[in-house]
Amino acid sequence: MGGLEKKKHERGAATNYITRNKARKKLQLSLADFRRLCILKGIYPHEPKHKKKVNKGSTAPRTFYLIKDIRFLLHEPIVNKFRDYKVFVRKLRKAYGKAEWGTVERLRDNKPVYKLDHVVKERYPTFIDALRDSDDALSMCFLFATFPRTGKCHVQTIQLCRRLTVEFMNFAIASRSLRKVFISIKGIYYQAEVLGQLITWIVPYSFAHDHPTDVDYRVMATFTEFFTTLLGFVNFRLYRSLNLLYPPKLENKPEESGLQQDDDEKYAMDSESYMEKLAALGSSLARVVPSNEEDDVALDEFPTDEENAMLLEERQKEQQMLEKQKKLFEGMKFFLNREVPRESLAFVIRCFGGKVSWDKSLCIGASYPVTDETITHQIVDRPNLDKQLINRYYVQPQWVFDCVNAKTLLPVEDYFLGVTLPPHLSPFVEEKDGDYIPPEKLKLLAIQRGEDTYENQTESEEEEQSAEESEEEEDEDMDETEKQDEERLKNMEAEKVKNKPLNVKVTAGSVKVENKTEVSQREQAEEKRLAIMMMKKREKYLYNKIMFGKKRKVREKNKLAAKRKAHDDVLKAEKKKSKKIKSQ
Amino acid sequence: MAAESMSASASRSMSASASRSSPGGGTKRPLSGLQEKDQLSVFENAVVDEDAGDLTDSEESLFSGLEDSGSDSSDGDDDEEGEGDDDSGVEEKDVKKFSKRDVKMREVARKEEGESNGKLAGSDCSVRPEQTGLTPPGDEHEGDTSDEEDIRNTVGNIPMEWYQDYPHIGYDLDGKKIYKPIRNKDELDEFLDKMENPDYWRTIPDKMTGTEIRLTDEQIDLIHRIQKGQYGDVKFNPHEPSIDFFTHETMIHPVTNHPAHKRSFIPSLIEKEKVSKLVNAIKQGWIKPRKPRDDTPCYYDLWAQEDPNAILGRHKMHVPAPKLKLPGHEESYNPPPEYLLTEEERLAWEQQEPEERKLNFLPQKFTSLRAVPAFSRFIHERFERCLDLYLCPRQRKMRVNVDPEDLIPKLPKPKDLQPFPTTQALVYTGHTNLVRCISVSPSGQWLASGSDDCTIRFWEVSTGRCMRTIEMEGIVRSIAWNPNPVHCLVALTVDQSVVLVNPCLGDKLLYNATDQLIASFVKPEEESIQPVEWSAAEGDSFDKGLRLTIKHNKMVKQVTWHGKGDYLATVIPDNGNAQVLIHQLSKRRSQNPFRKNKGMVQCVLFHPIRPYFFVATQRYVRVYNLLKQELTKKLMANCKWVSSMAIHSGGDNVICGSYDSRLAWFDLDLSTKPYKVLRHHKRALRGVAFHKHYPLFASASDDGTVIVCHGMVYSDLLQNPLIVPVKLLRGHEITQDLGVLDVTFHPTQPWLFSSGADGTIRLYT
Repeated sequence: MGGLEKKKHERGAATNYITRNKARKKLQLSLADFRRLCILKGIYPHEPKHKKKVNKGSTAPRTFYLIKDIRFLLHEPIVNKFRDYKVFVRKLRKAYGKAEWGTVERLRDNKPVYKLDHVVKERYPTFIDALRDSDDALSMCFLFATFPRTGKCHVQTIQLCRRLTVEFMNFAIASRSLRKVFISIKGIYYQAEVLGQLITWIVPYSFAHDHPTDVDYRVMATFTEFFTTLLGFVNFRLYRSLNLLYPPKLENKPEESGLQQDDDEKYAMDSESYMEKLAALGSSLARVVPSNEEDDVALDEFPTDEENAMLLEERQKEQQMLEKQKKLFEGMKFFLNREVPRESLAFVIRCFGGKVSWDKSLCIGASYPVTDETITHQIVDRPNLDKQLINRYYVQPQWVFDCVNAKTLLPVEDYFLGVTLPPHLSPFVEEKDGDYIPPEKLKLLAIQRGEDTYENQTESEEEEQSAEESEEEEDEDMDETEKQDEERLKNMEAEKVKNKPLNVKVTAGSVKVENKTEVSQREQAEEKRLAIMMMKKREKYLYNKIMFGKKRKVREKNKLAAKRKAHDDVLKAEKKKSKKIKSQ
Repeated sequence: MAAESMSASASRSMSASASRSSPGGGTKRPLSGLQEKDQLSVFENAVVDEDAGDLTDSEESLFSGLEDSGSDSSDGDDDEEGEGDDDSGVEEKDVKKFSKRDVKMREVARKEEGESNGKLAGSDCSVRPEQTGLTPPGDEHEGDTSDEEDIRNTVGNIPMEWYQDYPHIGYDLDGKKIYKPIRNKDELDEFLDKMENPDYWRTIPDKMTGTEIRLTDEQIDLIHRIQKGQYGDVKFNPHEPSIDFFTHETMIHPVTNHPAHKRSFIPSLIEKEKVSKLVNAIKQGWIKPRKPRDDTPCYYDLWAQEDPNAILGRHKMHVPAPKLKLPGHEESYNPPPEYLLTEEERLAWEQQEPEERKLNFLPQKFTSLRAVPAFSRFIHERFERCLDLYLCPRQRKMRVNVDPEDLIPKLPKPKDLQPFPTTQALVYTGHTNLVRCISVSPSGQWLASGSDDCTIRFWEVSTGRCMRTIEMEGIVRSIAWNPNPVHCLVALTVDQSVVLVNPCLGDKLLYNATDQLIASFVKPEEESIQPVEWSAAEGDSFDKGLRLTIKHNKMVKQVTWHGKGDYLATVIPDNGNAQVLIHQLSKRRSQNPFRKNKGMVQCVLFHPIRPYFFVATQRYVRVYNLLKQELTKKLMANCKWVSSMAIHSGGDNVICGSYDSRLAWFDLDLSTKPYKVLRHHKRALRGVAFHKHYPLFASASDDGTVIVCHGMVYSDLLQNPLIVPVKLLRGHEITQDLGVLDVTFHPTQPWLFSSGADGTIRLYT
């Protein structure tokens, strides 16, 4: 066989990847610029399948980019802008050094800027792609919107972030697309469903940030630069889809305008007040085509065969549920006390059709005062309130969030002032069978199914709960058949061992009736065990791994259940004690 | 003091003489710079006079301190004075150092002095011009003296090293050489001087003239002040209120009184031309005012023309960033109580590395929403997400969703593979120590067992009754029933000998015939040299049942019969090159079949049909052809230490048990490597056995279990043996870390015997 000798690393995987340093050299960029470019263009390293092959035989840890990605960067107009910017900085520095202020001004005016529109379009060729990826964009913008207007980053960026987030929230209100809310210790999670895409974002609590020193704000700022552009275009498109004006305009209702006019002037400057009013989330937005209500397109009835009928029915049920959830707070009037987080509550309440107002001094856009007779709920977060009106409920803020997650109005009794709140559960957890379900969730599920109304919640429910728990435990047992079988076998052996010292005497024995199912089960278990013995080494490893994972899950679940039980026992004991004391 | 006052008006030489005559100065002449200082102090004599007394006092105290420190470190180097014990000491040391590093410091001093003077002068002239009249004339004089040269030596400002080799160091004003002083001062002199001369610390040599100068109190005071960074002049106050040269108030009169120039009244023609040009350009629309830059981004419908076919940006390798994990119940501000960590869990969480933690936060419970604080690591988390987005290598991972049930191989059901032993039927008890070996008679009626309690017992299989017990002299390691049904003989090993026992069980004719056969042996005429010693039992031992004893010279480990029942092979592991011996019963002859043994022989076996002989060493099983007397095969057992071996009745399959808990199945036709290695047991295998008729084999292990496997061997050569474990038999207790020691099948029934370390033999049917 003749031919040239094949050289190593000249074909195959090795030619598809490039290391970061080489890529940087190829692009002739500094590391910082390369990083910014990667962030903006969404280029990320790839983990090759055979690292050693790609690394040309070396095992040194390196990051690899796809060579196609890097080639694609070569033609990026932003790269040139980076270079221009470098020159600009140099010139500016020189002008400063020479104190040529005229030049400085001229240079400043001609500062090179780049636009990211084409990058957005490139990275997200369709709108759905962009929506799918807007989780991080929203979270980041919400974070930047809470930054102080000094230091850290440009004020314009912060203002832009604030504007975009407010716009998005207004859209969510207008489209009623919020689905889930969760108050965590990190911040408040929201989940909205926009065009069938679930978008989740987190908003930090509105406190001043303790700015960490080990965080590179330049990286975050670069990300924000891209995210704001993306979010802007997404917002525009979303507003268009609902026939809303963009930039958003507030709907001018004649009866309210007069009332609000007077406090506007006091509050803020003319340029700011509009933005503030928008941010207050108090009133609805103006539409291009004024329409009374969204005309819902009813699902057409298709002639369906049997299989699909079930599915369709289910879907319809879901749809109905959703519709109901969207109008959860419709017809209710809320008033927010000043100690509750106004923005998140106003956002959530408005998203589900409720009317909301707050103290006039708290924020612009309050539509009615506390004294309004028609208020149905007042959200309060203090132990007690001096003056309480009789025709409204005073509830804690968790009620609103729990109602949203439960998709129904929960009884307000559990959320009255000074009452110990029921646990706030994460709506994002979807328990599969075999997972631990906290009893509160079980209760909630029961309510959702409409099985158990809250009115007759008495001791019996607790019993039921315990019964459920025991059921659960049984379920666990089913999972652990293997374990059990082993135990059973052990018992058998023990019995055998016990029987070992043979009695010489022979007594008339009684026929042992063996449970047939048990016997067959035992046989099956043994068969399985024997078959496991015959597994190949590799498969056995995998099998053991899977089984280990399963067992760990069960263990965790049992642990949680045990903890809960211990806690409940302590509570019960305390209750009893207090009852005794009372009776005495 | 009088002399000093005199020198006030005197010339330079006079002042020199004055300083010479100054108290304590002795013959030393002050230097030029310091001399000026002298003069300076002289001008202020009226003030200094009183101070001088004070100063001397303090100096004396200083000096005494110095002497202390000096005497302390008298044994040390002169230059390296002992480190001051207290502050004053240090200070004095500083001073002394100063006096040593003379020229340099002096220059510094001079410079600083000059500076201070300059400052003084500058401030004098600029700040308070009206005060100049008030100051004594000496002040002005002082300003001049700063850069006066020392003119006794006219060489100028040159490095004095140039004069190192000459007897003189320069020339005086008259052009005569200035000779160096006769330098006979050595270290000792220096030291003595230091000890004796109270002014030693304030004397410095002058390089220009080679003389030594004693610094006056004023000079030292000046040096102190300069060292502290103060002004040289005591009286100078640097913090006096400044007075502007120009007042801040607007004056009505100009500062200068030049008349305005003519061109300031005439409009410039060139400028006019330029302006008119610009005006014209603006009118024509050539120049447009610069629009203010609008930084607010403008948005439009970017996806007006969507192209769903455009593959995400560039190529199909795009891996979208995975979304963040959604929070669970434990992240709630008010979680159910079971999600809160207990004290131990919390401690464990804190001790873990941040990367190892399962949760990156501590679950907490707050009674109300208003009590919830800001999350301190919020920015960190967003930042980490950013880093993940652009730094984390992405890879598409195919997560195989395997149902574990699918991994279990589909085997034929054990039910279909019956018969095989399933339950424990009988337990043979009687041995008091571990039962090492068992053997079943070819008829299947009797069972022989050898134990560590130095007995062998014969049992009736069907009843479990012990028929005979024979006491031996030692531990019975191996026992084997003669496979020929015509004979009624059992071979067993006791320490160094192999004993043949007639159990006298069963058919009387049969066992009498065996006795006769043994008795009919006639010794050959010429006795060959044998490696062992044969002897027939007589008397008492004959009554016990012993018939023949083959005495070896080392411990015998195993004994096994040939299928015909005439030959038996023994393993003597410590016997050098004769580890295996083959004995012929009828001729009472023994031979060593191998010239040399490789490795330690563990066990040996005769092929059931063909003249093959299997020898198992620790790692290999060698198969010898006894007829051709050659090695036919070497089986690689793939284990560390073979413990036992059994052969299928067909003769083509061998199983090997090993101490590393493996069982290797060899198909001799297939390969020399195991066809299958089974790792069913958790501990070392002690015994393996094949059934004569049924496709069964069993393995006994130290974990107290016997595993029965279905091992079907097909006569069709193309079909591989089928091996299915069918039963796991338990029953033996583990004593002294030993479980089941031997296992054997019933010759006709699918029954299994096992002997254990707990002193029992069990029958499974």
